[in-house]
Amino acid sequence: MSNLEDLYREVILDHYRSPRNRGELETPPAHRVEGFNPLCGDEVTAYLLVDDGVLTDIKMTGHGCSISQSSSSLMSAAVKGKPIEQVRALITTFKKLMTVHESSIESTDSAPLQDVRSLGELAALQGVVKFPVRIKCATLAWNTLNQGLDELDATP
Amino acid sequence: MATGQSVTSFDPRLVRADTPALARIINGRPITYLDSAASSLPPRPVIDAMSRHYERQHANVHRGVYQTANESTQSYEGAREAIARFIHAPDGAEEIVFTKNATESFNLLAKSWGAKNLGVGDVVLLSVMEHHANIVPWFQLRDAVGIEVRFIPVGDDYRLDLSNIEELMKGVRLVSVTAMSNVLGTVTPLQELARIAHEHGALIAVDAAQLVGHAPSNVVDLDVDFFMFSAHKMLGPTGLGVLWTRRDILAEMPPFLGGGGMIADVSTSGYVPAKGPTRFEAGTPPIAEAAGLSAAVTFLEGLGMQNIAQHDRDLTRDALARIDDEFGGRVRIIGPRDTEQRGGVISMDVEGVHAHDVAQVLDQFGVCVRPGHHCAKPLMKRFNLTATARASFGPYSLVSDTDVLIEALNDAVKLFG
Ligand SMILES: Cc1ncc(COP(=O)(O)O)c(C=O)c1O
Repeated sequence: MSNLEDLYREVILDHYRSPRNRGELETPPAHRVEGFNPLCGDEVTAYLLVDDGVLTDIKMTGHGCSISQSSSSLMSAAVKGKPIEQVRALITTFKKLMTVHESSIESTDSAPLQDVRSLGELAALQGVVKFPVRIKCATLAWNTLNQGLDELDATP
Repeated sequence: MATGQSVTSFDPRLVRADTPALARIINGRPITYLDSAASSLPPRPVIDAMSRHYERQHANVHRGVYQTANESTQSYEGAREAIARFIHAPDGAEEIVFTKNATESFNLLAKSWGAKNLGVGDVVLLSVMEHHANIVPWFQLRDAVGIEVRFIPVGDDYRLDLSNIEELMKGVRLVSVTAMSNVLGTVTPLQELARIAHEHGALIAVDAAQLVGHAPSNVVDLDVDFFMFSAHKMLGPTGLGVLWTRRDILAEMPPFLGGGGMIADVSTSGYVPAKGPTRFEAGTPPIAEAAGLSAAVTFLEGLGMQNIAQHDRDLTRDALARIDDEFGGRVRIIGPRDTEQRGGVISMDVEGVHAHDVAQVLDQFGVCVRPGHHCAKPLMKRFNLTATARASFGPYSLVSDTDVLIEALNDAVKLFG
């Protein structure tokens, strides 16, 4: 059963059972963005409040599997209050984590692990890469956030 | 024991012994295959028939003069005869069109018969429990020629709600419904629907994808006009589907795909389509698969479709009762509780555990169930669901499969607390 424990770490189950930053923000001033995973029906909606280059508040709603929903919760906790630049950098790091090959996760001192350490609680999601069909569950919230930031960039 | 041709009466353990894919070990455990509604596992004789075809007689069909080309043609046309016999087509092989799968059969129906015979103001009546294969082609036809698509509702008892059928039938030219829901397991009252359709001057098409491998199919007794299914859900190979319709209807249907094999004549000024089913079979058909399908029909006939239906019922009754006993309301069954007019498909909604997580945990036990919307999104929406975890039986399924299912479900429930 070791495989399954890699996927469903305690942190993940905790965020799934009691999601952080769950709810909505008033739009405007917040920006609302939705993401879907048409294959499995997972849904995530992010409410982003950006002030002076900082993501001052974020709320998430949605439904789906434990991986998509815990990732959404973990993400919201990690990016809330951060400058947009840092948020973008974290998105990049996280998505890299979701593409590293299995072998590089198992060896303890490979380069991607530097990034993993900087991820804190988020690193709990690294077991997902061993379950390729679940990667899109884990990245849904992040792609949605990324899209929201792009939309905010595009609006003057 | 497992000598291929040896099964002459129904014993699920013998079917199992004859199904090589069931010898797999997954995550250290023997595979528990509970996804026959998505695709059934072919028995040895089906696999052998396809191997034999490639090893001994492979050649393209039709117009061949040499011996193996003749054998290939005979084998391909023999499959048409086997299917005609299997579903009791009144005019035999001349009424059997081979397609790629049930989905293509529906596209053929909509794009050939539908586009010719239907127009603005005409209604095609479906049901809310249809597979997307019997929904999307009709919406495409609506967008192309302006038909109306209407849906028979599904009641809280997970069965078709026919209380308002007279109203629904207004303007209907075709009723197109599933014989059995691939999500709920509900078997629909086809004879009654056929009678209603015909009383209103409409035709009736049947999605038999979930029926043909599990119960006797008789298009004359059912009194239906079109009958569609896939070989891979009746122990046959992938890549081959069937459309049956009466010879007089088929004769009036315009060709679907164009190319070789479907013509009577071609010149620089145009073409004349072939008569009969080959008119709808452009290009080199799935020849080896047809050989496999013939073997599947023989195999199923050897088991007896009534026996298979009874076996499905027994397994389903046992599983429904035990899931209830074990989990109470924690595992909700999305489908009828009684096993009459119901097939061996069990959709589950596990409280607090998403269907994908259920399937993921079950995989650790080698248990194969399918999570998701099962290509029936209108039905999922009707019951406010986005996904279920679906277990489904085949003729090789045993009560011990349900044992493992329940053991694994227990683990899923425990893990998610
Ligand atoms: C009820 C029903 N109709 C149609 C289909 C489509 O079959 P296929 O994918 O083989 O075309 C399926 C199977 O997925 C089904 O369960």
